[in-house]
Amino acid sequence: MLKLKSMIAIVDYGMGNLRSVQKAFQKVGADVVITSSSREIENAKGIVLPGVGAFKDCIDNLKRFGIIDSIIKSIEAGKPFLGICLGLQSLFEESEEFGSSEGLGIFKGKVVRFKEMGLKVPHMGWNQVRFVRRPEFLSHIPDNSFFYFVHSYHVVPTSNEIVSGITDYGYEFVSMIYKDNVIATQFHPEKSQTVGLEFIKGFYRFVEQS
Amino acid sequence: MLAKRIIPCLDVRDGRVVKGVNFVNIRDAGDPVENAIYYDEQGADELVFLDITASHEKRKTIIDVVERTANDVFMPLTVGGGIRTLEDIRDLLNAGCDKVSINTSAVKDPYFVSRAAERFGSQCIVVAIDAKMVTDKMESATKEEWFDNASFSDVILDLEGFQSMKTWALSTHGGRRMKLIDAVKWAKKMESLGAGEILLTSMDRDGTKDGYDIELTRTIADNVSIPVIASGGVGNLEHLYEGIVYGKADAVLAASIFHFREYTILEAKQYLKDRGVNVRL
Repeated sequence: MLKLKSMIAIVDYGMGNLRSVQKAFQKVGADVVITSSSREIENAKGIVLPGVGAFKDCIDNLKRFGIIDSIIKSIEAGKPFLGICLGLQSLFEESEEFGSSEGLGIFKGKVVRFKEMGLKVPHMGWNQVRFVRRPEFLSHIPDNSFFYFVHSYHVVPTSNEIVSGITDYGYEFVSMIYKDNVIATQFHPEKSQTVGLEFIKGFYRFVEQS
Repeated sequence: MLAKRIIPCLDVRDGRVVKGVNFVNIRDAGDPVENAIYYDEQGADELVFLDITASHEKRKTIIDVVERTANDVFMPLTVGGGIRTLEDIRDLLNAGCDKVSINTSAVKDPYFVSRAAERFGSQCIVVAIDAKMVTDKMESATKEEWFDNASFSDVILDLEGFQSMKTWALSTHGGRRMKLIDAVKWAKKMESLGAGEILLTSMDRDGTKDGYDIELTRTIADNVSIPVIASGGVGNLEHLYEGIVYGKADAVLAASIFHFREYTILEAKQYLKDRGVNVRL
């Protein structure tokens, strides 16, 4: 039997559990596939880059799987892209995790560890996201909604133009970015109950309409 | 601001919930998925399944429970109990679980924690610590072999010290036995080996409904920089408040007050919010 092209590709590059991302997309009715294949990534209508763990491993694995080119090509072609957690961080130029490691450099800026503020690191649990600006497909998400976070590093974009959401943990950090077809979150929409599913639904709608 | 988390815990044996929620909307009180959905709808911040399956053959049942729960519930899921190998962790994560809670295996081999953290990331490694206050009646304490390992001499309990200062030891076998390991030093050691979070249970308070051991909770929370979940002893909502405010816990775990519908998660959150605690409502 001929297998239909999957609409959304969840990129599997050995960085953590992608099952919950897949299940969240399935819950909102999306056709998704977990894949490490460049061809499937390039054929998909939308791309999701999840990931938990260490920044350097993430980039090394993307290289090892030989999928960096197809990810960059897809983003440049204007294909809807959702980065989650490491999938957000990896888009920047470099991270200070374990010395310094180079990222994909799609956006200018770097990834830094939370400043010592007497707060627990990792930043783990539910925190609010204040939207500075956001795409139309996420306009149904109430401002200051709680999303689930678990991370020790956060992004510092060079340009404010891509900043989409802000979260307060001792100080304000960028918890979401948005530019054209790219949306990326530090939080985990797939673990953020109803509001998270609404977020996923919004992205899915964006993919469908593209 | 980061919200304090309320975490219900479900005991699961052979794939069935022990002491399940007796609620009119739940057709099958023993079904873990129905219980999970019930807590999800009430706004629980996370869910813990404690697998108390005794027989080895039935251990796979928890995988199926996680798998089915993750189809319908989109919040962080932790599984504890009986995790011995990296494959156990991998299987649970692949089924849709987000964190695993390691207890006995960490005591047997502390490096299991570092291997697990290296492979899967600290964010999914919770170390469960069962602690008990040291008193004169500590005759069942035994010196375990691995204490001779020089790298772990730093967690040995100072048996001279407990008279002058409150001290807690690790406890095993549901609180019946003690180990010569200082719970506070152990928590710090676990953090240094890569634990992402500590699930701290006071075995003196567990099942008593007298409230968390606040001093224990605060001492551990002050000594590590990773989040601490308080557990053991909750009898009312005031206890949750105490655990968070006086015990400095980042999250509070409770079982029976929610299972027996003494309070809903929503009531607990409303109570905490009214008393000035930042919760997600």
